[in-house]
Amino acid sequence: MSRLVSAICAVLLLAASTFAQSKNAPKKLGIGQMATAEQIAGWDIDVRPDGQGAPPGKGSVKQGEEIYMTRCAACHGEFGESAGRWPQLAQGKGTLASNDPVRTVGSYWARLSSLFDYVRRAMPFGDAQALNNDELYAVVAYVLNLNDIVDDKFVLSKETWEQVKMPNANGFYDDDRETTEKAFWNKRPCMDNCRGPVTITGRARAVDVTPEDKGAAAQ
Amino acid sequence: MSQPPDQGSTSRRKFVVGAAGLVVAGASGKAIADNPKNQPPNVPEWTRTLGDGVGVRAYGTPSKFEKQVIRRTVPWLTATPESSVSFTPLHELDGIITPNGLCFERHHSGIAEIDPADYRLMIHGMVDKPLIFTLDELKRFPRANRIYFLECAANSGMEWRGAQLNGCQYTHGMVHCVQYTGVPLKTLLNEAGLKSGAKWIMAEGGDAAAMNRSIPLAKALDDCLIAYRMNGEMLRPENGYPARLVVPGWQGNMWIKWLRRLKVGDQPWFTREETSKYTDLMENGKARQFTWVMDAKSIITSPSPQAPAKSKGLTVISGLAWSGRGKVVRVDVALDGGRNWRTARIDGPVYDKACVRFYYEFDWSGEALLLQSRAIDETGYVQPNKDDLRKIRGVNSIYHNNGIQTWHLKPDGEVENVEVG
Repeated sequence: MSRLVSAICAVLLLAASTFAQSKNAPKKLGIGQMATAEQIAGWDIDVRPDGQGAPPGKGSVKQGEEIYMTRCAACHGEFGESAGRWPQLAQGKGTLASNDPVRTVGSYWARLSSLFDYVRRAMPFGDAQALNNDELYAVVAYVLNLNDIVDDKFVLSKETWEQVKMPNANGFYDDDRETTEKAFWNKRPCMDNCRGPVTITGRARAVDVTPEDKGAAAQ
Repeated sequence: MSQPPDQGSTSRRKFVVGAAGLVVAGASGKAIADNPKNQPPNVPEWTRTLGDGVGVRAYGTPSKFEKQVIRRTVPWLTATPESSVSFTPLHELDGIITPNGLCFERHHSGIAEIDPADYRLMIHGMVDKPLIFTLDELKRFPRANRIYFLECAANSGMEWRGAQLNGCQYTHGMVHCVQYTGVPLKTLLNEAGLKSGAKWIMAEGGDAAAMNRSIPLAKALDDCLIAYRMNGEMLRPENGYPARLVVPGWQGNMWIKWLRRLKVGDQPWFTREETSKYTDLMENGKARQFTWVMDAKSIITSPSPQAPAKSKGLTVISGLAWSGRGKVVRVDVALDGGRNWRTARIDGPVYDKACVRFYYEFDWSGEALLLQSRAIDETGYVQPNKDDLRKIRGVNSIYHNNGIQTWHLKPDGEVENVEVG
């Protein structure tokens, strides 16, 4: 009996101390190690639109051309036009409202940081994070130049970051589905005689792009 | 505790019947010839001889008669398999849970093979104390088990301009639904301590794409998880082993796999994956951004082009429905291309932001039908038809096609993906 009482007291004390420490946040559990500045520096590669996170260094369009031709052109094309189905990097201006929109750095991307951050973390494809900072600035400068965003003499660095003006900077707006698609919230969706006669207007078999099934099902 | 002999034989007989039933189900529609020698009154070989003993199948795999139940790819979609997608065979599945080995894959630089001993998760930025966790440390935190669907924002993206791919595996197979085990993200953020002014989190993968996305802090503190298990076992490498982010109801691209870093900040990063990709281009040339929520959607998985109807008479329509805004409360089915609707039967558990299974049983006379389904979620959102969707979004948006799918069921039982007008 006395053991039970002391157990209850212990629980109450524990609850009280937890409550005392948790004015706003729950108690910390003390799991995990402090990340050192050196550890963080090795992984902290993101760059924000305002340039926060951009590393020291600089690179010219001319230097970037050499790197691009050896490291990028095989997939993206010598002029950023794309080889095969790899992403196209240049051209496409004025196509976004057409039936065949071409989304490139010049026609679609709104911010320099998106390009810099992406190349820094993921390119060249299959050899990620292999470029040094100067090479990175240079190859990004060259892709901007391919899109006529900077001239041939441009040198990209933290200092010139703000000078880069992306053509489609104002091409985006936040999700507005809850207002523009309000009609899709419908308390009484139609159940009977909801539409006139139904006709088939398109067939997948006519398009004929479904992969042949090479699995057991084809036997 | 040994079983009475009669009870034992009953359960064994039940097992045999059950196993035979599975084989029939697997063979159905696959034009696999049956063999009368294995059928009554004959006694098949498997009833007379010993089978594999325990341990032979140390990690079990499906029956050899189920080899057609696989993820499939559409090679022309992408430049390389390392940055591509494979699709869940929805037409071969039932219930709400996707088996781990069949969950669709989307990688941007191939599958990272991470040694769990070397796995580290870093949390830094606007926190009181930057932290690094090992996998064992993540497992020391109190756990949560949650069933959620995960849908790629580009699921059905090839169908914007019309019916294109003939099979729900291809039209809708970038979705899966599993049970995750992990740590609530808010627990880890509390451990690091958020600084005032913190509003966003950037999550980053440890693969060769180092995929990164911005997530508003309110979502991170609401229901996000750092998951290390799916359906009880550790995550598959394809799905982010040993740990991934779970962002319930929101587009799959945000569910960073092979998660290595969480950085807390006061503004979004506008990464490539939330500007160049995963933005929805409208007809006027402007694009929606941060369209995180996956709208309510449903698909009839059987009958469907890869799962034709077998015979006239009683026919079971089976399908999946989900909504990123909460629970699916109702699914309607039409047999006539959307003129008349009837409410389907949801069977099995209904969870928040998870798949539900629906059925509609009817007596099929063998006439041609135009099968459709529409999901309704707890916010009152009704899955729209494709024309109504296109009136608002045009056909260039690639992402977020949740329009109603039409299957043309023909008198011979074959099914084709069609558009109706």
